[in-house]
Amino acid sequence: MHEQQYQQIKAVLAKLCLDASARVVFLVDKDGQQIAAHGDVGDIDTTSLASLAAGNVAATGGMAQLIGEKEFPTLSHEGERESIHICVIGRVLLVVVFDERSSLGLIKLRVKQISNEVAAIIEELTRESGKKRAEDNAFFAEITDDDIDSLFS
Amino acid sequence: MTFINYASREINCKIVYYGPGLCGKTTNLQYIFDSTAPQAKGKLISLATETDRTLFFDFMPLELGSVRGFKTRFHLYTVPGQVFYDASRKLILKGVDGVVFVADSQEERMDANIESLYNLEENLQAQGYELMNLPYVLQLNKRDLPNVLPVEDLATELQRKGEPVLEAVASTGVGVFDTLKAVAKQVLTELRKS
Repeated sequence: MHEQQYQQIKAVLAKLCLDASARVVFLVDKDGQQIAAHGDVGDIDTTSLASLAAGNVAATGGMAQLIGEKEFPTLSHEGERESIHICVIGRVLLVVVFDERSSLGLIKLRVKQISNEVAAIIEELTRESGKKRAEDNAFFAEITDDDIDSLFS
Repeated sequence: MTFINYASREINCKIVYYGPGLCGKTTNLQYIFDSTAPQAKGKLISLATETDRTLFFDFMPLELGSVRGFKTRFHLYTVPGQVFYDASRKLILKGVDGVVFVADSQEERMDANIESLYNLEENLQAQGYELMNLPYVLQLNKRDLPNVLPVEDLATELQRKGEPVLEAVASTGVGVFDTLKAVAKQVLTELRKS
């Protein structure tokens, strides 16, 4: 993912965060890697949240297949004060953390409205990454054994 | 799949510790967690049963430093070893970049090691991977116990493709970082080759 795509994603997340009155919005890939975040991250451990969100989606996806469904496209967890809504968009997950300043209905509506935009960016990102692979590979080909060894010294 | 973020200049890789129940996968992660400087690691998340058996996975992010200006971050996962958690094991292998197979060196656990290794190969295939093409390390754990098999015997039975074989006592940290280093090195070398 390159700077321009990152800024595009950040802009979409910022819009969603504002429109949905969410506390924080994350974009995470299905393998559990965080792609971008926007909002009041505060002391949330974003890396762990990304990994657990992906694990959560993978586990419920596994359950879906056991009962003959392809997957469950949305998951919601409501707490006393903070809640989480997760929406599966292709190979990424849109994770929205919200509190009493918003509602599940509003979050679902805003996520649905923006999901096409997210899908389009991810599609473009996938296409672009295919094109840029050659030049990126050249960069990684320059990594030497010494570079790798230095990580463990 | 290695996730490279050019915007934040980060390389993220996923390493999975696999092996039979009670072989020491979580102990490996716990030792790495306890011995790493706070700024280099995130939280150790353990989804375990009330009796401390892994239920879904353990997870910890670990930052190793920079390569050519890119921060390298390794996401370390363990799988639940107990046979009936197979569906969970399959899920955790999604997007894996490197695997450590933790074998229990005790004689009576040999069958469990072999069964788990077959299970690893099957589950990798279910996710579209081949063990032969994946960065992979074999760790022979619990070398301090009295009833262990000789290294040669274990390697004959469990080594698949000339992968590095490391002896370990995860509870005291012997061989834990050497194992991590061996697999991380292969993952980064793979990145260079691709």
